[in-house]
Amino acid sequence: MDNFNYHRPSKPADAAKAMKKAKDGKFMSGGMTLLPTMKQGLASPTDIIDLGGLKNSGVTAAAAKVVVKAGTVHADVASDKGVKKAIPALAKLASGIGDPHVRNRGTIGGSIANNDPAADYPAAVVGLGATVQTSARKIPGDKFFTGMFETALKSDEIVSAVEFPVPKRAAYVKFPNPASRYAMVGVMVAELKDGSVRVAVTGAGPKVFRVPEMEKALQAKFSADAIAGIQVKAKGLNSDIHASPEYRAHLVNVLARRAVAAAK
Amino acid sequence: MSDTGIGARVKRKEDHRFITGKGQYTDDINLKDQTYAYFVRSPYAHATIKSIKIPKWKPEDGVVGVFTGDHVAEDKIGGLICGWMIHSKDGSPMKAGPHPILAQGKVRYVGDHVAVVVAESKEQAKAAAARINVSYGELPHVVDAAKAAKSAAQIHDVAPNNTVFEWSLGDKTATDAAFSRAHHVTKLDIVNNRLIPNAMEPRAAIGSWDAGNDHYTLYTTSQNPHVARLVISAFHGLAPEHKLRVIAPDVGGGFGSKIFIYAEEVVCVWASKRIGGRPIKWTAERTESFLADAHGRDHVTHAELAMDAQGRILGLKCHTIAGMGAYLSTFASCVPTYLYATLLSGQYAIPAIYAEVDAVYTNTAPVDAYRGAGRPEATYVVERIVETAAREMKIDPAEFRRRNFVKSFPHQTPVIMTYDAGDYDASLEKALEIADYRGFAQRKAAAAKKGKLRGIGFANYIEACGIAPSAAVGSLGAGVGLWESAEVRVNPVGTVEILTGSHSHGQGHETTFAQLVSDRLGVDINTVSIVHGDTDKVQFGMGTYGSRSGAVGMTAIAKALDKVEAKAKKVAAHVMEAAEGDIEFKNGTFSVKGTDKKMAFGEVALAAYVAHKFPTSEIEPGLKESAFHDPTNFTFPAGCHICEVEIDRDTGVTEIVNWTAVDDFGTVINPMIVEGQVHGGITQGVGQALTEGCVYDPDSGQLITGSYMDYCMPRASDVPSFKLDFTETKCPSNPLGMKGCGEAGAIAAPAAVMNAVTDALGVRDLPMPASPHTVWKALHATKMAAE
Repeated sequence: MDNFNYHRPSKPADAAKAMKKAKDGKFMSGGMTLLPTMKQGLASPTDIIDLGGLKNSGVTAAAAKVVVKAGTVHADVASDKGVKKAIPALAKLASGIGDPHVRNRGTIGGSIANNDPAADYPAAVVGLGATVQTSARKIPGDKFFTGMFETALKSDEIVSAVEFPVPKRAAYVKFPNPASRYAMVGVMVAELKDGSVRVAVTGAGPKVFRVPEMEKALQAKFSADAIAGIQVKAKGLNSDIHASPEYRAHLVNVLARRAVAAAK
Repeated sequence: MSDTGIGARVKRKEDHRFITGKGQYTDDINLKDQTYAYFVRSPYAHATIKSIKIPKWKPEDGVVGVFTGDHVAEDKIGGLICGWMIHSKDGSPMKAGPHPILAQGKVRYVGDHVAVVVAESKEQAKAAAARINVSYGELPHVVDAAKAAKSAAQIHDVAPNNTVFEWSLGDKTATDAAFSRAHHVTKLDIVNNRLIPNAMEPRAAIGSWDAGNDHYTLYTTSQNPHVARLVISAFHGLAPEHKLRVIAPDVGGGFGSKIFIYAEEVVCVWASKRIGGRPIKWTAERTESFLADAHGRDHVTHAELAMDAQGRILGLKCHTIAGMGAYLSTFASCVPTYLYATLLSGQYAIPAIYAEVDAVYTNTAPVDAYRGAGRPEATYVVERIVETAAREMKIDPAEFRRRNFVKSFPHQTPVIMTYDAGDYDASLEKALEIADYRGFAQRKAAAAKKGKLRGIGFANYIEACGIAPSAAVGSLGAGVGLWESAEVRVNPVGTVEILTGSHSHGQGHETTFAQLVSDRLGVDINTVSIVHGDTDKVQFGMGTYGSRSGAVGMTAIAKALDKVEAKAKKVAAHVMEAAEGDIEFKNGTFSVKGTDKKMAFGEVALAAYVAHKFPTSEIEPGLKESAFHDPTNFTFPAGCHICEVEIDRDTGVTEIVNWTAVDDFGTVINPMIVEGQVHGGITQGVGQALTEGCVYDPDSGQLITGSYMDYCMPRASDVPSFKLDFTETKCPSNPLGMKGCGEAGAIAAPAAVMNAVTDALGVRDLPMPASPHTVWKALHATKMAAE
């Protein structure tokens, strides 16, 4: 790991200022991706701006929405009684991220800002129709994830919270990569209170995506049978030694059906 | 049986140290003025080294020295050796290419060691290494063993077609004749997937040179420190043996990968003199373990089995291509030959066997012994083809095996081995009962109702271990003898120190060896300590691998204990003024037959050292004896493992739902430790079958599975709660009747799993690892064919 300048601002404005001044700065929340990447020499920022000093963590769960502050670690989302009651699918998703170390350091803000194509949270943000609150504005979940490791965030913009509307029912089902346990495919299915249905898939493609055909079919009839025949196209999906695009496409269907069956 | 003697479930004495973090591993040791090494490694699979540019260092860089192949050549330091000579069918010796400790002009795999940086800190060494500019000229490469002989890559000048040897074993004419009489021939093409060992503790070394005495010390993660000293002394020419001390302290797992002598440790001890005697420490990063530890397996095999109309095996033919990697590692050549083809008879009376093995170089990390070493590969061939033959002939696989078992002993196979004792029916029958084989059809039907495919698979393995008779291995090409040594030092107060040439790196010798002593001398197990892993303490030893520490190492201890008892009886006779023949020794007490005179073991020990009451002209003072033991045969553990799986049709996920293992290890010293060995071995074998597989990219030659992000180790959740049991036939070639248990699980498991998976899927074969993706592809192909 190369040397870097370390900053720990206590106000978002100071964090943005430090970023502007840095030659090649990086915001760090839990550091669960950034630090291993730096250790491997794959990233070598001149400045680390540690957002831990913002002390921006905590969950508020109400009847209509759940707000998770950006610095909240996965373990806190997973164990929060309010989340478990309001959106059990979100608590379950958080409980399956990484390992206990990651869950107790990694944060929702860090996860979505990094936008790893195999991360779990993007499926929740898109699948539950969440809104991302940043230091500057509100970004609809659908517009937040723009490409592989790319988001709508500006270089000095910081995620401050994610607002999840409480759905009628939802479930997240993940097929972990056998080695890394990242989502090889993860599917969030949610029926929102307005009756609309969302199906969001992570891990399978370069970034999280929705499956409109499934959403339409489920809106007509919310049952696993309704989507049994709907296959996503394999073309463009991720390919590695663990899964071909065809296998991933197949798993999207299997997991979506299982999520529908498990939705509550 | 006493509560700490042979057969007792004694809790491991060493575990308190380990689980409280008080172990002393090589990386825990820090010497005065220590420096740190970091290796510059090849990023290419095959390339010439055009130039190495070393920058001008500033004091803040902390660089103490940088060394390359030129320095090695300058000091005439010999290359790494392969200590087992194999001759090809045409009589020519194997083609061993040079294996310098730092590359000289050429690199042959990604991770090959090019240069070493020695610096004041690990970070400085690593940072400096990144600034060394090596210019490479890329050459054609090959990573696939099956393609090596016809590849454009020429890896070693001495080995045309990248062929190390073309070896054979058995009688071709007799085997062809057997096939000509066959009613049915089963043919199978199978791959034994390449594995990366992944010991929990990465390799590490500290080399130091003492200028005052011109003496070297090497701390290293070795399974056999004396062999390391011998090789470093005799072949690298670094120092004569009396000027080199090798210490292998606590070692955190080896699985074979720490048997070998590696470049890094030799470099550390050599370069220490180059920098004036400051110690040099190197600890592998996990990435280096993946790249540069010796890998395992990597066989591509075509096998054929001939049967008569009743399903009796007439003959076995087999052709194997064995990938050796880019260089021949220390014992690499014996693994796909004498540790493999000699076991191709399995548990069966096969009249004729003929095996051909072509060993080839590839641009990959060297391949050598890995838990089981040759025997898992042999068992995989035999048990997969036997299962396939039974299915083809529509004979129940248990019955097919039963018909072909070796039933009388000793049994001479057509491939060298003489099986000394066993009862294969007994382990099969017991396993069938425990596994409820009869109830399988019902369980399969119940699984089908849940949408699951259920399959059952057997592995009736045999292995040869406790290696072994020196004369036998010598006649087969080994460069060393494979006996073991022991020394029993009884202290004046009656406590006992056992010095052994075996080495414990997870096996629990501190407990099991002490159990033997407690059993034989009747002393408290806590008064016995086991000393191993230091060439200055233990005179010589051959180390631990091939499940040999019990059968060979403990037998040496038993022989030394016999001598201690004999001498103690002499001392006791004098002290108690009785005839030596009247002295009886039982439960730690020497007594005079027919009298109430008696002395405790400790009292006799003290008497031996005080030496007041016996003629020292006849009996030397003290109580210390040593012994060397060279067995008369290998040992032949065998058993029956039955695996049941359920496969999720939708996802291709295989779940192991039942596992029965009935093993015959002869005498069991500590059932708890033996069960642990079986659990670990099976899990490692399940890893090979379902999750693990080393993948090099054919286009770039890069190691794709270079971290745990892609190399999938088995997890606790991948295995069920095992049902273990034992049968026992005593091993006749050692007085304790022990056979060895360290590798059995890893030998049996892959075949059991794959027989179950192919049974569930109704396919002939499936490549390992049978990952969800691989299984899904098979399911998908079947579905496509049906539509």
